[in-house]
Amino acid sequence: MTKPVAGVRTAAAVSTAKLAAALSRRLGLGGGTALPGLMAEAVAPGLAARLAGELGHGCLLVTGTNGKTTTARLVRNIARAAGYRPVHNGAGSNMMRGITAALSEAADSQGRIRQGERSLGVFEVDEATLPEAADALGPRVIAFTNLFRDQLDRYGEVDSVAALWREALAGLPPAVTVVLNADDPGVAGLADACQGPILFYGVADTACAVGGLEHAADARWCPVCGHEYAYSAVFYGHVGRWQCPACGRSRPSAQVEAVRVEQPSAGPLGVELTSPVGRLELSLPLIGLYNVYNALAAAAVAMALGVEGAAIQRGVASFTAAFGRQERFDVRGRGVQTILAKNPAGLNQVLRALVAESGPKNLLFLLNDDIADGRDVSWIWDVDFEMLAGHTGLLLASGRRAADMALRLKYAGLDPDPTLECSAERALARALSLTPELGTLYVVPTYTAMLQVRRILARWGHRPQFWEET
Amino acid sequence: MELSLRLAHLYPKQMNLYGDRGNILCLRRRCAARDIELAVDELEVGEPLDATACDLIFIGGAQDREQRRVAADLLEAKGEALGRAVAAGVVVLAVCGGYQLLGRYYRPAAGEDLPGLGIFDAWTVHPGPTAKRFIGNVVVRWQGATLVGFENHGGRTFLGPAARPLARVIAGYGNNGRDGTEGVVQANAFGTYLHGSLLPKNPRFADHLIALALARKYGQGELAPLDDALEEQAHAEAVRLAVRKPIFV
Repeated sequence: MTKPVAGVRTAAAVSTAKLAAALSRRLGLGGGTALPGLMAEAVAPGLAARLAGELGHGCLLVTGTNGKTTTARLVRNIARAAGYRPVHNGAGSNMMRGITAALSEAADSQGRIRQGERSLGVFEVDEATLPEAADALGPRVIAFTNLFRDQLDRYGEVDSVAALWREALAGLPPAVTVVLNADDPGVAGLADACQGPILFYGVADTACAVGGLEHAADARWCPVCGHEYAYSAVFYGHVGRWQCPACGRSRPSAQVEAVRVEQPSAGPLGVELTSPVGRLELSLPLIGLYNVYNALAAAAVAMALGVEGAAIQRGVASFTAAFGRQERFDVRGRGVQTILAKNPAGLNQVLRALVAESGPKNLLFLLNDDIADGRDVSWIWDVDFEMLAGHTGLLLASGRRAADMALRLKYAGLDPDPTLECSAERALARALSLTPELGTLYVVPTYTAMLQVRRILARWGHRPQFWEET
Repeated sequence: MELSLRLAHLYPKQMNLYGDRGNILCLRRRCAARDIELAVDELEVGEPLDATACDLIFIGGAQDREQRRVAADLLEAKGEALGRAVAAGVVVLAVCGGYQLLGRYYRPAAGEDLPGLGIFDAWTVHPGPTAKRFIGNVVVRWQGATLVGFENHGGRTFLGPAARPLARVIAGYGNNGRDGTEGVVQANAFGTYLHGSLLPKNPRFADHLIALALARKYGQGELAPLDDALEEQAHAEAVRLAVRKPIFV
């Protein structure tokens, strides 16, 4: 049986989205990732749901505070390696309009998804958008990365995000597989609200453990009895092997588990994992234990879809970081590595990874306070910058809140460069001129600062801008 | 003479939502720069407060869930000692949720009033889930100068006759968005909605607290000036950002 012709309205909406995307790029307004979706929804409400219904293999959603872009991108690579045709909101626009735009982009002018029978939706979803996305898109799998405080002025408290997720999970059809981080008690606890199959992932290699809970730890207390959790190992933030000494609630056993993690200072992360499909060795070209969690989440999602081990290995190994997440450029004879950090838990992980590498680091922190960064910059006081002592060469602060950033570094007992340059371009130029030739400059921006850095580097002739990436 | 101060940090694990830790880092550093030894006792739920042992007390803000847990402990285990400390002139700084808990009561949008310690002659009313939350940069006038910070609160706080406002709002909402007041002062106890963290960007206020504590213990609280160029720059930048933005009410 042939499918019914898509509605005229759907086709019109898809054309509108494509036109808006083309115009937006042409006019240099940006990647054309949000506006087209907004316009298409205006022409045909419910467009995302209709187009998602055309995806031959359905779709999956990835959400959480940190790691959702990297995890979704890993899943996309794995899906490709497994022979699917992924439809993916790769530019980081993770609200409904971004998903609508990605679906419109994948559709032909008749409003039909091209090569629909091979297509699989791989969508990164904003924490607060999850209920709406789950309802509209009817996913097969939903994966949760972690839950930390993030932009309290925008999302509200961690508890309200968890409550929102629980409500969305309780309303899902029982066929949906939910992928949960066993090591994050705030995420593992979502299991209570799930109706269908659950796949837990986690780390078993306690050689990766750190000394104790960081200041950025959020889920410290058992929601059932109120007692403080005890940890036999902390991997980062409040993520680790947790247990409630009072009521016995504890980290569930993980079906997808990293039994050995290798983090060589140069070269890819090595992960050996056990899983329902057997033992698997992964090689991931990224730094930081938090990326091991992203790889585990992606592998678990792939397993829930029935992807075989070899495709998971190929997909993970072929990874290149999403724009601004972890990129390396060669600029004016210096290496520039950008690492996005937008909340305390994420920035702690970045610092930990930097400290683990040998030698003094040249660092440029860019702190902005736009809505997408969070207007409230007080979160930097929960970051353990103190661990940088003895590991810094150049130490510069920039962005709209450059002075706040420099002050935080000063109170961490560090000695930031006294020249504060709010302009990202001037700061970047200055930092490069102070970085020794053949040396590496680490640029650690918040979200909107990362977009600025991208644009500046592109203008200087490095790498295509993000919407041209595939 | 060797100078030393003792600070009780109440509930550092549960009441640390908006970088409240920065306030402690700031006090530590500013004391150390003057060769004042600052000992910090971290007191969690169940641990008693010794009113006679401390010169400074700090309590920060928290999520609702943690705040409820702390409220019970504050009333049962620490309230009486805290009241005696305030009466004896101990310097107290209570930020956001901590400020609310030290008032007479908190009236949630629905349900019964939650009793507070009544140390401040102040009470807080949450006008309901549809009411606007007060979120944004804030600048207030304090002792002829300014204080800067970020506020994020749903509750509206009102002051009774025994309380004085800490400051007057220049930009932002303050206690209740209506009467132009921000925070509270009673004896040497200060309550405020300003975080950001508050003290690092407001070095004069940080020194004011240290000086009060020294004066109470040693009879004089003069402090050697520090190089606060960076602090003042961050302060001025925050003033500029807050005042430039139009305030939407």
